[in-house]
Amino acid sequence: MSDESPRVEEPLAPIALDDPHLQPFAKHPEGAQAVAAIAMVVGFVGFIGFGVAYWIGNDSQWQALTLGVGLLALGFGVTAWGKYLMPQGPFVEERHDFHSTEAERDAMTAAVVERGGMVVKRRKLLGGLLALGSATMGVVLLFPLVRSLGPKPGNTLFETNWKTGSRLVTVDGREVRADDLEVDGVLTVFPKGFQGSSPDQVILIRLAKTLQPLQPPGRTEWGVLGYVAYSKMCTHLGCPVGLYQRQTQQLVCPCHQSIFDVRAGAIPQFGPAPRPLPQLPITVDSAGLLRASGGFDQAVGPGFWERP
Amino acid sequence: MIDKSLRWIDDRLGIAKGGRTFLDKIFPDHWSFMLGEIALYSFVVLLATGVFLSLYYIPSANEIVYHGSYLPLHGQRVSEAYASSVSLSFDVKSGLLMRQAHHWAADIFLGSIAVHMARVFFTGAFRKPREFNWIVGVSMLILGIVNGFLGYSLPDDLVSGTGIRIAFSIVESIPLVGSYLAFFLFGGNYPGNGVIIPRFYILHILIVPLLIMVLLGAHLGLLVKQKHTQFKGKGKTEHNVVGSPMFPTFMAKTTGFLFMSTAAIFLLGGFAQINPIWQFGQYEPFQISYAVQPDWYMGWLDGAARIMPSWEWVGWGHTIPLEVFLPAVIFPGIIFNILILWPFIESRHTKDLAYHNLLDRPRDRPKRTAAGAAMLMLLGMTFFASSTDVMANFLELPLKSVLWFFRFAVIIAPIIAYFITYKICNEMRAAEGIGKRKRAQVVLRSSTGEYTTVDSEPRPGDGYEELEAIPVPTYIDLVPPELVTGAGVRRVMR
Ligand code: FES
Repeated sequence: MSDESPRVEEPLAPIALDDPHLQPFAKHPEGAQAVAAIAMVVGFVGFIGFGVAYWIGNDSQWQALTLGVGLLALGFGVTAWGKYLMPQGPFVEERHDFHSTEAERDAMTAAVVERGGMVVKRRKLLGGLLALGSATMGVVLLFPLVRSLGPKPGNTLFETNWKTGSRLVTVDGREVRADDLEVDGVLTVFPKGFQGSSPDQVILIRLAKTLQPLQPPGRTEWGVLGYVAYSKMCTHLGCPVGLYQRQTQQLVCPCHQSIFDVRAGAIPQFGPAPRPLPQLPITVDSAGLLRASGGFDQAVGPGFWERP
Repeated sequence: MIDKSLRWIDDRLGIAKGGRTFLDKIFPDHWSFMLGEIALYSFVVLLATGVFLSLYYIPSANEIVYHGSYLPLHGQRVSEAYASSVSLSFDVKSGLLMRQAHHWAADIFLGSIAVHMARVFFTGAFRKPREFNWIVGVSMLILGIVNGFLGYSLPDDLVSGTGIRIAFSIVESIPLVGSYLAFFLFGGNYPGNGVIIPRFYILHILIVPLLIMVLLGAHLGLLVKQKHTQFKGKGKTEHNVVGSPMFPTFMAKTTGFLFMSTAAIFLLGGFAQINPIWQFGQYEPFQISYAVQPDWYMGWLDGAARIMPSWEWVGWGHTIPLEVFLPAVIFPGIIFNILILWPFIESRHTKDLAYHNLLDRPRDRPKRTAAGAAMLMLLGMTFFASSTDVMANFLELPLKSVLWFFRFAVIIAPIIAYFITYKICNEMRAAEGIGKRKRAQVVLRSSTGEYTTVDSEPRPGDGYEELEAIPVPTYIDLVPPELVTGAGVRRVMR
């Protein structure tokens, strides 16, 4: 507020103390005050209680109870004070239009269009150079801001660590033998050396031998001794397909209930998953250990643009 | 004393004029105006509890051996993020309370935003001149959902890890750029090389909250500048606001309300267990727990992903995973765009360009109300579809039937909701005297045996409405005028 500008006196609206607008809302102010006071005392006691609860132990229920009751009661008291004991009103406030006068708007437009526009029009070259410079800066800044964040996908989405001859191991590195699983047994396996790796997770299931001929054509040799192995990454959104139903030989994804038919090449039978789980060809070596007889023939997991 | 310091400040900042206008600001009284306050206060609790948690949480995927006081985990190899989340729950005094209160506050924050938004929608408070504030509000809702997901992911437990995996796949599903985006965001193929947790952490505790705070400031600033809307009522016009002043009445009420909201959050935090990460265990990408349910505000997206048919598009050497892209990217994109653009969609339809400071009763705008009901029904159906498995178990129905029910229901139920709501609104408008507070009829019997009815006395609360609203007084004659003797009248400046 500068001293030169003449100060407009605010009109003051006087009001007598016994004006009904200033009376409390409560019919019985004394009673309301008593209730508010009791609540606030309870609040005070609650906070003391919290201090004690914290001091003598670490039971979150006692802490919550004391703190909660303290806050609730104090809050109730203050609200009751505001609602029942303060001037009831109602009071009114005028609204004023937000928009400026036409003249002010015109002046603003003129400042932008004419004052600013004229400058730019007169020096088209400088304007163009400024635009060029800023655009270039914007583009090159994307390198550190976006490109530095991670590697390009390249081929990684198509690759796993499964190679011809990879040994099947459990998550703690134990090699899986051909007699490890009973019929209907299930085990999560990894290629040796990559235990716990997400894209490499494979679910190994032992079916009764008679079920094997149901495998899709060309894949009859991909299982061995009733064993079949599928990528454990759901083709929907990549959850581990962890639930095997013995009666129906189905794999169920717990995330959105896609169901895959284990006997017939893990074709999705139900739910949002669009593709069968990729199958890993396996065989058994002379020492009785299970090995991969090749890698996956396609990318594992959910779909993406580059997938053919 | 107060007078002196106010003068000191005013000499330097000139706050007196604007300050008094601010203290005189009128807040209309209606219960539904408290919904936004709940959101505001749960955000305050989020900040306070969040700061507490950030002092103990370690955003690192490094593997360590757990040695805290939760015995079942003893000696296990877990990430530092997980270990510190468990430790701050058990080994830091009040830690569990703070963590659970933080989680509850987030759920309540988003819940109250949703209900507040419904109130604003159904009463038409978003109309000119408040379109900006509507957009700011929707933006905060989106940021709130994002931050909720980020925070949910930080403990690195089995359930949240599954959520991150799904998020990766959703980003991957975007045509053309999806795999690049996913690799940049996660620093490589899933599960990345340990950068997800630190990145999510900085987003969760700094960047997104900062954006929300900026928008929140804008939200409240616009509210002060444009003043509140109000329901129709005695003395209330498009050109005024009637209610209680900021100081002291509203301030007292709202402070009390801050305490009470905080109390509710802490009581929930202490007594209603939420997200017991120590039971889920450390996240391993090949493990999964059953009946995984995301936080409630993600439910509608999860449900949409569940009921989507498996329509993958393959051709010309490329794949578009429509079964993911449509429900998880396009669907929320459409919903949020409708929300943001609604004020303009409506004004284009109604050709209404006037200022609106008085609120509508929902029944007086049947089309809008019906559209809102249809939207709520759509979101509600996708939300319930996120527990198809639980429902199938509970109702002992085949999963398939439940799924097909929801596939139809998401389309049909909103349409039905639209027409029923439209009809109800019109019927209500036609009914006479609806919405008016009814007075009891007192039946009197005269000495001659004649019966007459009269209206009962107004109820206690009704008297409030009878007074004419007056401007907030600036000074009060402490002595009633009839006792004034001339000298000794103290005038108190307010
Ligand atoms: S991730 Fe398996 S069904 Fe969605």
